[in-house]
Amino acid sequence: MTTTHRERVLTGETVWGTLTLGLTAWFVAAVFFFPVFWMVLNGFKEEADANASPRLFFEPTLDRFREVTTQTPGLLGFSEAFLNSFWVVAVSTVLVLALAIPAAYALSVRPVRRWRDVLFFFISTKFLPIVAAILPLWIIARDLGILNSHLVLIILYTAMNLPLAVWMLRSFFSEVPRELIEAAEIDGTGLWGQITQVMLPIVTPGIAATALLCVVFAWNEFFLAVQLNPVDASTVPIWVTSNVSTRGNFLAKLSAASSLAVLPVVLAGWLAQKRMIRGLTMGAIK
Amino acid sequence: MAEVRYRDATRIYPGADEPAVDRLNLDIADREFLVLVGPSGSGKSTALRMLAGLEAVDQGSIRIGDRDVTLVPPKDRDVAMVFQNYALYPHMTVAQNMGFALKQRGVSKEERARRVVEAARILELEAHLDRKPRSLSGGQRQRVAMGRAIVRHPQVFLMDEPLSNLDAKLRVQTRAELADLQARLGVTTVYVTHDQVEAMTMGHRVAVLDRGVMQQVDKPRTLYRLPANLFVASFIGSPAMNLIPSSHDGRSLAFGSGRCAVDPVVATQMARFEATDVVLGVRPQGLALGTAGTPAEVVVVEELGSETFVFVELEHLGKTIRVRVRVDAEYSVARGDRTHVTVQGPVHVFGPDGLRLQTRSEADHGGST
Ligand SMILES: Nc1ncnc2c1ncn2[C@@H]1O[C@H](COP(=O)(O)OP(=O)(O)O)[C@@H](O)[C@H]1O
Ligand SMILES: [Mg+2]
Repeated sequence: MTTTHRERVLTGETVWGTLTLGLTAWFVAAVFFFPVFWMVLNGFKEEADANASPRLFFEPTLDRFREVTTQTPGLLGFSEAFLNSFWVVAVSTVLVLALAIPAAYALSVRPVRRWRDVLFFFISTKFLPIVAAILPLWIIARDLGILNSHLVLIILYTAMNLPLAVWMLRSFFSEVPRELIEAAEIDGTGLWGQITQVMLPIVTPGIAATALLCVVFAWNEFFLAVQLNPVDASTVPIWVTSNVSTRGNFLAKLSAASSLAVLPVVLAGWLAQKRMIRGLTMGAIK
Repeated sequence: MAEVRYRDATRIYPGADEPAVDRLNLDIADREFLVLVGPSGSGKSTALRMLAGLEAVDQGSIRIGDRDVTLVPPKDRDVAMVFQNYALYPHMTVAQNMGFALKQRGVSKEERARRVVEAARILELEAHLDRKPRSLSGGQRQRVAMGRAIVRHPQVFLMDEPLSNLDAKLRVQTRAELADLQARLGVTTVYVTHDQVEAMTMGHRVAVLDRGVMQQVDKPRTLYRLPANLFVASFIGSPAMNLIPSSHDGRSLAFGSGRCAVDPVVATQMARFEATDVVLGVRPQGLALGTAGTPAEVVVVEELGSETFVFVELEHLGKTIRVRVRVDAEYSVARGDRTHVTVQGPVHVFGPDGLRLQTRSEADHGGST
């Protein structure tokens, strides 16, 4: 939709003001997007080109992508890392939602006593810097025999994302008019039906957004992965760094690996965005 | 088919000092259309929600039919509710919205479809069954909310200001349709509104609430003619009754430069009060303009077409007061006119406790609560 001159006059917009704001927005967007763009570009270069002073024109090649996806026996392979990441991220995200949805429902629709304190408790678990906890975590994981397993990362990523998910979902749930839940109650629905048949379909966009964030955070998590799973069940971020070598140039290779690593996240974002249609409660009231 | 019985039903919201509904006693007959009316915050919605099971009954009890539902959860009460904001399920079509409660009860798909179509026909929603609420107009949404209630054939309909989001014209039209629908379906209905015109036009009986306390429950006509107290007198009737602090001499009341006589039984009760502790109540219809009576000046003229209401100022007990007088539409009057006011019609006397003093026949008929 383009605005007409009269509309612009009404909203107090001036041509220069609009132009300045527009240009600023494009500039900021470019600043943010450029590194990503450069990374992808580098992935298609020869090492020499990537390390030379920046040139925009070069002969594109898929060799780097071939190199990083070729399995070297004994080393962490591309497909293995992706599979590990897939399981860890998928299971932890499902767990997070399974735990966060009832919690958020309890906090927004049927607030427990002192629900504000409960909410604060959830977020307070994120106050501790994870480096401070890594040693005890490592020892506990070792004693349980779950170092270098999917399980340890699933547990930790679930714990890591849970507070955020509860906070986000609670605010989405709170936007659903109370009367909808009450109407469902009077219509003969029990608690389970109120959640699954009324609340969840309405807050699908919110759940999609929350799931997306959980996926992104878990997919990109590096610190815990490198401390607890450096040998087995290693995830994609570790595979990406495995392309860093102490000898020779590796910038193009690393770029190619990173480009592959972001693909699933982009895909997840695209999928989630399709669900994020706004105004789903439209028509519910008045 | 069921009657509803509130017995000392009380709701005190957590942290509140005063009960939102205070010892409500109310019997609603089977098939009756009962209206709860009162100003905003008087506890109407709370009383209704207690019946729905959405608010706890802190003291007392509520019965539907022969069942004590005080501790029964909403889903097992067999009541249907229409919310002020309709609360339609936004992700469901009109048909799904209406069929939802039946589905919860495990009613078969065919039976569900049959009842939804039947309700849709009554409400003229057949053409919209596959649409989502967001693509409906306000009036259509209101009807879907009604439809959701009537497909259920519940024991009781509960309605919380269901017309207040419609524009004035549609509201008046829907008002009549709804009253007709209720009569045809014959389902006991409790209807909440703050609009006394709605209450008077729709209710078989009307219960007036103020600050959580029920003031009176009666047929609309009785409420109008024999209000139990000052609150009901001022709330019911449009335009409102003139309520004038007055003084008595044991037989009559002061009004302007004259006096008006009262019923002898009322007079004896009145005689117990301090001379200046009484309020004279007279509807605009009970006053007349003319050449005799208390001198007055016209300040505002409200012409409704069918009749005219005139505000006049007059001297009463050493103060200037303003009263509203009804005159015929043909009566020609303008601001600034000098005229005279006389009391013609029924006069009510309210004691210092706000209660209206009753004549013998009223007391005998138990005309008010
Ligand atoms: N959920 C609630 N918590 C605390 N107080 C409430 C709540 N709902 C209503 N109230 C109070 O109870 C009184 C009655 O409210 P309500 O029944 O909604 O009145 P009405 O429907 O007549 O406008 C008001 O004083 C209101 O502030
Ligand atoms: Mg209300």
